Amino acid sequence: MLTVTVAVIRFGGSNCDRDARRALDHLGVDAEIVWHAEGLPADTTGVVLPGGFSYGDYLRAGAMAAHAPILEEVREAAGEGTPVLGICNGAQIGGEAGLTPGAFTTNESARFQCEPVHIRVENAATPWTAAYDEGEVIEVPIAHGEGRFEIADERLQQLEETDRVLFRYCEPDGEVTAAADPNGSTDNVAGVLGTDDHVAVLMPHPERATLPDLGATDGQGVLRAFG
Amino acid sequence: MSAYTATVTVRPKRGVLDPEAETTQRALERLGFDLADLRSADRFEVDLDAADAAAARARATEMAERLLANPTIHDYDVEVGEA
Repeated sequence: MLTVTVAVIRFGGSNCDRDARRALDHLGVDAEIVWHAEGLPADTTGVVLPGGFSYGDYLRAGAMAAHAPILEEVREAAGEGTPVLGICNGAQIGGEAGLTPGAFTTNESARFQCEPVHIRVENAATPWTAAYDEGEVIEVPIAHGEGRFEIADERLQQLEETDRVLFRYCEPDGEVTAAADPNGSTDNVAGVLGTDDHVAVLMPHPERATLPDLGATDGQGVLRAFG
Repeated sequence: MSAYTATVTVRPKRGVLDPEAETTQRALERLGFDLADLRSADRFEVDLDAADAAAARARATEMAERLLANPTIHDYDVEVGEA
């Protein structure tokens, strides 16, 4: 069997890197934390851009890390088919780096929000959602101040036409409503795919809903993409 | 080469929600100020040496495109003056 080693990239200010590694360990996926300046290890079979506050969210959340040299290596690896997942600050980095469409900016509330949310699987034909059914609702936590998904109207239409929306914020019964949108995201978008299905970002934290000891395991399916 | 200061102003695109500006407006209103609207922007002042003002503008524009602004949510403008 091939050795699978997922690189969880740590930037200055990342703080969900250990959570991601532990969650992957729980699923039997070998993962290592990689300091960004060390570059991607040669045997990397997957990449996690973890949550946190890289570079103090200076300029915009994710803007500095998006221009770190390792992102070029991540881009090349993604081009060769390596799965790449950005979670929370990692999603902001992915957007700023152009790995995925749109941008994540200040919550409509202008406040940091830390709470469980429901999200609906919009496209189950991806590695990140193969464990779920289309339309399935899962409960995962969010913890962000800049999670409002913004995108130009014509790009949004393209996203829908090409099935790039991965998750939408929804009610517990799956209905997509404005009230279920915690941060004012355009069209309730909580997660999107890049050009290829194996590149994805989302604001909610699947790694915080993976370990049974934490009381919620709905996020496991997302991380199983690396298994 | 001459010394220039390029001022790059980055603001939310029209129609893009700016919760920080809205919060600031509400705070001003709570202080008793009467105002119709408030918009926020970030301003960057970049000192640089360039062959002429056009070259300084071109370099500052590239800075805005590549880092200072996010084209998905921002508009920006660049003004160049002699430092």
